[in-house]
Amino acid sequence: MANFYKDIPELKYHLNNPMMKRICELKERDYRDKDEFDYAPVDFEDAMDSYDKVLDITGEISGEIIAPNAEGVDAEGPRCANGRVRYASGTVQNLDAMVKAGLNGMTMPRRFGGLNFPITPYTMCAEIVAAADAGFGNIWSLQDCIETLYEFGNEDQHSRFIPRVCAGETMSMDLTEPDAGSDLQSVMLKATFDEKENCWRLNGVKRFITNGDADIHLVLARSEEGTKDGRGLSMFIYDKNQGGVNVRRIENKLGIHGSPTCELVYKNAKAELCGDRKLGLIKYVMALMNGARLGIAAQSVGLSQAAYNEGLAYARDRKQFGKAIIDFPAVYDMLALMKAKLDAGRSLLYQTSRYVDIYKALDDIARERKLTPEERQEQKAYAKLADAFTPLAKGMNSEYANQNAYDCIQIHGGSGFMLEYACQRIYRDARITSIYEGTTQLQTVAAIRYVTNGSYAATLHDFEQVPCSEEMKPLLERIKEMTVKLESCTGAVKEAQNQELLDFVARRLYEMAAVCVMSHLIVQDATREPEMFAKSALVYVNYAEAEVEKHFNFIRKFKAEGLEAYRR
Amino acid sequence: MSLKIVVLAKQVPDTRNVGKDAMTAEGTINRAALPAIFNPEDLNALEQALRLKEQYPGSTITILTMGPGRAAEIIREGLYRGADNGYLLTDRAFAGADTLATSYALATAIRKIKDFDVIIGGRQAIDGDTAQVGPQVAEKLGLTQITYAEEILNVDKANGRITVKRHIDGGVETVEGPLPIVITVNGSAAPCRPRNAKLVQKYKRALGAQEKAAITKEGRELPYAGLYEKYPYLNITEWSVADVEGDLEQCGLSGSPTKVKAIQNIVFQTKESKTLSGSDKDVEDLIVELLANHTIG
Repeated sequence: MANFYKDIPELKYHLNNPMMKRICELKERDYRDKDEFDYAPVDFEDAMDSYDKVLDITGEISGEIIAPNAEGVDAEGPRCANGRVRYASGTVQNLDAMVKAGLNGMTMPRRFGGLNFPITPYTMCAEIVAAADAGFGNIWSLQDCIETLYEFGNEDQHSRFIPRVCAGETMSMDLTEPDAGSDLQSVMLKATFDEKENCWRLNGVKRFITNGDADIHLVLARSEEGTKDGRGLSMFIYDKNQGGVNVRRIENKLGIHGSPTCELVYKNAKAELCGDRKLGLIKYVMALMNGARLGIAAQSVGLSQAAYNEGLAYARDRKQFGKAIIDFPAVYDMLALMKAKLDAGRSLLYQTSRYVDIYKALDDIARERKLTPEERQEQKAYAKLADAFTPLAKGMNSEYANQNAYDCIQIHGGSGFMLEYACQRIYRDARITSIYEGTTQLQTVAAIRYVTNGSYAATLHDFEQVPCSEEMKPLLERIKEMTVKLESCTGAVKEAQNQELLDFVARRLYEMAAVCVMSHLIVQDATREPEMFAKSALVYVNYAEAEVEKHFNFIRKFKAEGLEAYRR
Repeated sequence: MSLKIVVLAKQVPDTRNVGKDAMTAEGTINRAALPAIFNPEDLNALEQALRLKEQYPGSTITILTMGPGRAAEIIREGLYRGADNGYLLTDRAFAGADTLATSYALATAIRKIKDFDVIIGGRQAIDGDTAQVGPQVAEKLGLTQITYAEEILNVDKANGRITVKRHIDGGVETVEGPLPIVITVNGSAAPCRPRNAKLVQKYKRALGAQEKAAITKEGRELPYAGLYEKYPYLNITEWSVADVEGDLEQCGLSGSPTKVKAIQNIVFQTKESKTLSGSDKDVEDLIVELLANHTIG
């Protein structure tokens, strides 16, 4: 029987990262829940054992229910009737299993019925579920919207909404509109205060809303009449039980068929403000998106894993010219690189999730008491790292998911182009990951300042001090040279003092920084667990070095005058 | 209205993916090669019990299993899904039981549990495939039985009636019976729900006395020993023959009239199908053929 947790030992390796000790300590507040809740851990080892066991449940459900349902869900898809969404029958089964297993509201405090899990093991569950069915992954992992309601909602809202999510009710984040996609400042959905009923009313249209018929929605709307930019937007909670929002249609998409993408019509829908007015976009949605980006990074890693699994199995099985095709260099090259991108990308994902864990746990403690100066410093440092790493994790992993899905079909040859193999679904499902929750181009925009202000370079130099094994030392030296090239390119571009030039080469600088970071991480992994990661470390650094070289050559030779040839 | 439900469950070797090493040279099951699992149809039975518990709040589910100390795992698996407690019938004197001795042991344990409305188990276990234990338990307790159940449709405790949909050849039938009752559940019933995250965290340290002894036997300390006093439900109850006031003569090997003559490894070979008419000659030829190749007789 397939178990998507047990079958991927790399997950347990990442779960056992030394930073987890600090994360658990902060998240569990020195294990104070143990006398109040019979399922709370009594110490660090106990907490880790519980994460392991719950990941095992998720792995089992993914292997035995979600993955076998994926093909049927892809073919059937959801339907829209009378303004409501009806999920595919397999989706209903998947959701029922996840709810009965108690895998909702995983990160929420126990007093609301949650499991009080750190983001890291939760993100692992999201990766596992996405590897089984990326479309279902969306519906299930939108539960992390509750983080934003928890962070910015008031106590009354906590007590009314969080227990419902922990009990299995679904969520959506209603941001995009026909004229507000990447540019969310243009959101026009109108929020007006109804003096008589003492509530807010929402009117307008939202588009491309994932799981748009969810039970609880977080909605970005214009509360300040006459404003045109992001400062006139607030965040609202819409409860489906109140009525007023209907699904006009479900989009017909290339992939993630199980996940209903909805057009929503708000007709005087009763809603309540979450947090303060005018902070909707600039504070709350930014927080929401950061969480969602980590989620898409996890989904991407899940898809990369699925693509690798399918490619590997086929290459071992398929015989041509008298031998299995995996024995041909042209094929094992592809598979080795797929695995290297998967391992390096996953390492980046969980490094990021651990950064997020520490700063968010400290944020949460700060709601109860004043942080000590050391804690404040720790919070600031990790918040900054999380902010810098999240666009790398999301952008790079979504690109790798696409690349791995492409290579997976390539390994299948003509059979891969036929619709009967899983690789075509993985290929279609992967395509959205580099688009939604901010395209890779927008991840670059979010990350580029950390290139130019030297943050990534500083982190890379910190990584150079991390002890590494003798076997990995030559690789470490090569990464140091790659970092020198990144800094030299950054310096050259900054010196030109040309914003358009910077924007133009930003993606290349972003990728240079990202592959340097991932090279370090995979070398650290190979130091700790050589059997599991030594091959990937070598393959990845070979690849990353060539990538850095390619970008270095381009940027070094490129001058602002060259832009003219590109402009349309 | 609440119900007292007893689920009969068995730990079995996983015979579903049998490899070459599944049998020993002596012709017995090679338990080391086959992982021990919750008998699949007993999981279907547990799901029916859990649905009753959901439908009738206040109901309780007791898992009853018989086996060696490690069979306490079956009780933990039940607790992880929503059962309330469990009893492990374990004693050297229970060992080697055939269906008659097994049903005797289970029936004595159920008498000791005393208060029950529904006794429910899987149709059969995948190691023996006899489907005899459930019906024998019913007979020994003098209760009505419904076999091949697929779904419990309704329970009317006031009038002591239960309505069950059961699987029959080519369809289903709905039958009604009196409480208390023994029900055996078919594999076509709803699959069992997964383990629950909170319950797994709550019960993960539940241990039987033999399991605890195995941990501490080399002078090792029982991890988190204090929790077993704080949370009594972490101590899985073990019952011996004496605990259930069983008659040693009727337990285990001495209570088992079944004798295994020989066990053979049979490899099925695919052959082309043959169509027979209903004529006397065709039937007679078939009987002769089956006798000749020892399929029957």
